[in-house]
Amino acid sequence: MQHKDVFIILADDDEDDRLFFEDAFEELKIDTKVSTFKDGLELMNYLTQEDSILPNILFLDLNMPKKSGIECLTEIKKINRLKDIAIAIYSTSASEEDIENTFVLGANVYIKKPNDFKKLKKVLSNVVTINWQYHTSGLNKDNFLLRL
Amino acid sequence: MKIFIKFDFTAVCNKLIEEKLSELGVKHKVLGFGEIEFLEKITEDQLSQLNNSLKEYGSEVIENQKSILVQKIKDTITDMVFNDDENINVKSSVYLSEKLDHSYGYLSNLFSEVTYTSIENFIILQKIEYTKQLIINTDLKITDIAYKLNYSSVAHLSTQFKNTTGITPSAFQRIITKRRELNNPKKQE
Repeated sequence: MQHKDVFIILADDDEDDRLFFEDAFEELKIDTKVSTFKDGLELMNYLTQEDSILPNILFLDLNMPKKSGIECLTEIKKINRLKDIAIAIYSTSASEEDIENTFVLGANVYIKKPNDFKKLKKVLSNVVTINWQYHTSGLNKDNFLLRL
Repeated sequence: MKIFIKFDFTAVCNKLIEEKLSELGVKHKVLGFGEIEFLEKITEDQLSQLNNSLKEYGSEVIENQKSILVQKIKDTITDMVFNDDENINVKSSVYLSEKLDHSYGYLSNLFSEVTYTSIENFIILQKIEYTKQLIINTDLKITDIAYKLNYSSVAHLSTQFKNTTGITPSAFQRIITKRRELNNPKKQE
């Protein structure tokens, strides 16, 4: 992870959640660069530009206006340039159905939004380091499933 | 009398690298910006020799030794988990320090510093990774896998799987199967 920032994108319509998310990464010792989008449409408009810089990991809220997290996920998996991005679902819901469904659709990580900041930092650091292992240690990305 | 020298820093640096590398006598290619590719095997001794000779110029081999050693630790662990059934009973700290010829404390600190995870966590991650492979690609039952990987019980493996991935082995199997069906709707496996 040296000399190279981990690039992270979050799409979430809740402004507070976006702020917490950014603050959490700022306090972690991992060097990260975080960009946020406030709905699924804005996110997809960015990602589908030919010269967009793709994130090392993308965090998706499930319930967003204009385009939901599930819709984004489904679209991303159909686009060759985007389909290998690691995707973390970042949601207030923890219904078994949502979780299994998003995994089947190709999500790698499912995070139920923690309600305190300390936990949030721990969870995010966990996700980013494990994701990094999958990138750098020859682990099979197809088997990368993580629920937190 | 005073004169002023205009340095060509790139040229100076490249000359320095060339000199030091030819002292070493290892075939190499200078890729620019301080990046060097060795065309033949370089030993750790040679690398530290290079590092030492660069030190008097205030330069050093960046991270390489560390990254190389971290990579070796990872490779050794992967090899231990995936291939070395015989030694699976040996304590991993002993195994690593014997194979890599460094104290475990040193290896452990270095590993955490570079990867932000501990060696212990990496070993668990690899064991669970191997378990996933076996679940998907073989007919082995979770009981057999636990035995093969030297877990004290099935429960221990299941718990560690759940703790590491957040899902149970059977949920994992179900999800991967469904995913495959979704991606290859026509193919009957």
